[in-house]
Amino acid sequence: MSLARPRLGVGLSHRLLVRQRSTAPHSALITYRSISSSRCSHAAPLDRHGSLEGPVRIRSPAATGTLTAQDEPDKHTDSYKDGPSAIDKAVHLFFFTEILRGMWIVMENFFRPPYTIMYPYEKGPLSPRFRGEHALRRYPSGEERCIACKLCEAICPAQAITIESEARQDGSRRTTKYDIDMTKCIYCGFCQEACPVDAIVETQNQEFSTETREELLYNKAKLLANGDRVEAEIAANLHSDHVYR
Amino acid sequence: MLRLVSRPTSTGRLGKVACYGSSPRGNVRFCVGLVWLLKGWRKIGHRSISSTSARQQDITLTVDGKEVTVPQGSALIQACEAAGSVVPRFCYHDRLVRRRLLDCFMCLVEVERSPKPVASCAMPAMPGSKVFTNTPLVHEAREGVMEFLLANHPLDCPICDQGGECDLQDQSMRYGSDRTRFHEITGKRAVENKDLGTSRVEELGTTGRGNDMQIGMYVEKTMDSELSGNIIDLCPVGALTSKPYAFHARPWELKNTESIDVLDAVGSNIRVDSRGVQVMRIQPRTNDDVNEEWISDKTRYAYDGLKFQRLTTPLIKEGDRFVPATWEEALQRIADGLTASGAKDDEIQAVAGHLADTESLVALKDFVNRLGSDNLTIDQVNGNAPPPHGVDVRSNYLFNATIPGVESADVILLVGTNPRHEAAVLNSRIRKSWLHTGLEVGLIGEPADTTYGYDYLGADTKALADLVAGKGAFAEKFKAAKRPLLIVGSGLSEHPDSAAAYNALAKFAEKHKNTLITPEWNGFSVLHRIASRPATYDIGFVPSKRATTTKPKFIYLLNADEVDPKSIPRDAFVVYQGHHGDLGASLADVCLPAAAYTEKSVTWVNTEGRSQLGCAAVPPLGASREDWKIIRALSEIVGTPLPYDDVLSLRDRMWEISPTLVRYDMTERTSVDVALAGLKTLAAATAGAKVSGEAFQKPITNFYQTDPISRASVTMAQCTRAFVKGDKEEFGRGHSSETTSYA
Repeated sequence: MSLARPRLGVGLSHRLLVRQRSTAPHSALITYRSISSSRCSHAAPLDRHGSLEGPVRIRSPAATGTLTAQDEPDKHTDSYKDGPSAIDKAVHLFFFTEILRGMWIVMENFFRPPYTIMYPYEKGPLSPRFRGEHALRRYPSGEERCIACKLCEAICPAQAITIESEARQDGSRRTTKYDIDMTKCIYCGFCQEACPVDAIVETQNQEFSTETREELLYNKAKLLANGDRVEAEIAANLHSDHVYR
Repeated sequence: MLRLVSRPTSTGRLGKVACYGSSPRGNVRFCVGLVWLLKGWRKIGHRSISSTSARQQDITLTVDGKEVTVPQGSALIQACEAAGSVVPRFCYHDRLVRRRLLDCFMCLVEVERSPKPVASCAMPAMPGSKVFTNTPLVHEAREGVMEFLLANHPLDCPICDQGGECDLQDQSMRYGSDRTRFHEITGKRAVENKDLGTSRVEELGTTGRGNDMQIGMYVEKTMDSELSGNIIDLCPVGALTSKPYAFHARPWELKNTESIDVLDAVGSNIRVDSRGVQVMRIQPRTNDDVNEEWISDKTRYAYDGLKFQRLTTPLIKEGDRFVPATWEEALQRIADGLTASGAKDDEIQAVAGHLADTESLVALKDFVNRLGSDNLTIDQVNGNAPPPHGVDVRSNYLFNATIPGVESADVILLVGTNPRHEAAVLNSRIRKSWLHTGLEVGLIGEPADTTYGYDYLGADTKALADLVAGKGAFAEKFKAAKRPLLIVGSGLSEHPDSAAAYNALAKFAEKHKNTLITPEWNGFSVLHRIASRPATYDIGFVPSKRATTTKPKFIYLLNADEVDPKSIPRDAFVVYQGHHGDLGASLADVCLPAAAYTEKSVTWVNTEGRSQLGCAAVPPLGASREDWKIIRALSEIVGTPLPYDDVLSLRDRMWEISPTLVRYDMTERTSVDVALAGLKTLAAATAGAKVSGEAFQKPITNFYQTDPISRASVTMAQCTRAFVKGDKEEFGRGHSSETTSYA
């Protein structure tokens, strides 16, 4: 029956928790805490390693795989065994602990200085997987990577990509047109997933708003220029993520 | 034309002979196998008269627990197919002359009491044997074979034109293993490929030099074939791909439209693949009654002519220049021109061109008839005279034997025709029959390389007269034949001696009527080379006797691009309706832009009289409209509106003219009595014709450029330069530079 906050660091929606029937004895206490009420969780570094999964980690019994009651019909299982007792629940109910806990947070934040990221001057961290403005990359030799396989065009759910291709003078397969309609794009990142040569990528640039709609219809030159501008950053991001791909 | 995917050899230099350096082990050999098949399409090969297809006994065996009965001698794979069990294969093809190559070993199946899996394409089906196609042994065998096939395969599917429609891709997904023991460069292969350029490409896959050499030779020799493009469809992988199509599109972004080819009169069934408003490629569609699964190179490659020299807006001639105009202005100008020219009755002439569809021909005939004229001429030499064979009896001007019927003929006489250029797909049937049966062929006319041997009988009507008189060995052969076939070229009716020639032919047919014209067989066949011609005759688009001699004052050219400019009087008002700015448009006072054959859904009647419905694959270009709609609109402006407002009522009108025009996909046999009566009429009408003794000419001198579409095509121009003018050096240079490694 602890009111201590730190361990409540990050909770997920209670529905998920209930379904998991977490084995953690105190998990029921944090059930009703939503992520928004915790203290600046997006800005403060998490103190505990792996606390992201903390209370809601999906655990499977060792070496049994997904063993359920149906697998062992003879065995009596008490699904309430590890949960809070009826007395615990009654105490919470009669002493308004949830309400008090909520009021406590209100009071806490009342005395705390406001925390705001001064956006254009100060920016939050971005994941290397962030999907922003598109760019076409080149090889170090200056040769463009895109081989006009049109897989990105095929997979694009918004049909924002248009490609035309033909054999170049030297016989290689190249695009003659590579257009992305950024007003259609939904930034799903499928194009960069589909690309066999890492030619089309989504950079971390999210600040490319324009005054006219036409400026958002990117052509090949614009995309290649984007790539040339931030090639080092793209390469670093791809490298930092390469173990997962 | 044909693009061989090639890569530099280990020396880093690309030989002039294109070769496929990196392929699965089997692919190169498939191709070599195809050599065997396709040699036939060019050179006179060996005849195997012994291999006549005699009926054989049926045998019964069990496939996957299902009993099937197949003819003796058929391969195990055919038995499996008959039982409905799918057996994967690459190198086996039903229609190949040498259909079992035994190269890919993909078709392994398990046979009871056989220690190893057997290749079902090479194994004859045995009576009573028990075959399994779905056992662990078979699965493992397929997986192993697939692993070997892929061992040397370059992983360049993203840049391969076959990617997305590749048998190797599909089958490796279905039957292959998901891992390999052959390790390639890790990571994204295509990246490495790009990065390393040409120096390490051979590492991706090498094959024996001997194999490469064989393919090279094959290409150099068989390039000169009208059917060479078909090996692209045969090749299960991307080793042979279409050069004009190279890297332009992906199969999944193409819209497939099933349509009919109009560049010859065979009416090949085609599939038009389009993207947006552009035709990207044309492929054959299987129809065993017409083109099996082949099409000629002109059909396949002339589509790029649809992009160039098109008429996209109505044009009015002002002085020496054409000025773009709106439809209203152009049609009004025609109405004014018709009035100003003072043309009436037969002075109004309509000319039916090569690519005119049936609907527009019917509309134009009705329109001109309503204006009181019978001056309906055909766009050919002597087109302003009624044809010698008449149009009253259908069997006098159609290919009565039907295209598949060619294969059952035992003696063929070709008169004034070279089927190789006039109907390339039909020619392959004659050759097939010539190779496998004891077919005898005779030719009267200009000698030609027909890809099969023939007895040359002479070049003019005299030779024909000799034949009718029964002189010569071939006359004996024809007489002895059970199913003789007389193929009369369409060029014959353009010849000065056409009446005499048709007279002789009618007599000849009359003489052999017991074998030539029977209830099962009509061997008197006219081979047309122009898609619109059979329909033109069917609807009676021919001039009356009086109209022939009338000097026209108003001329309506419907897709007519072969007209002799001298035949058009200087003061006549000329309207051209068509899709290309070719000869006809240059003669016109007003040009009306119409849709090309890929842009309209219309009826085409092929040389057999088979009407088939084409389908619009792309919208008409610019302001152009469907042909019959233009004529309908003009009739309104001129003040004699035609009674049909939509294509269905127009087809009702066609049904009134001839029900065969709207009975699609079938041929109708003319009864023996009518056919004989037709020949009798023909003989009577042409009796006593004068003979000039001029030799028969081949109507087609350049197979690759016969109509406005193929004349506007860059690919066809290259073919003309390479094959007709023999400028191989030029073509070869361009070819090798364009097929250098793309890796």
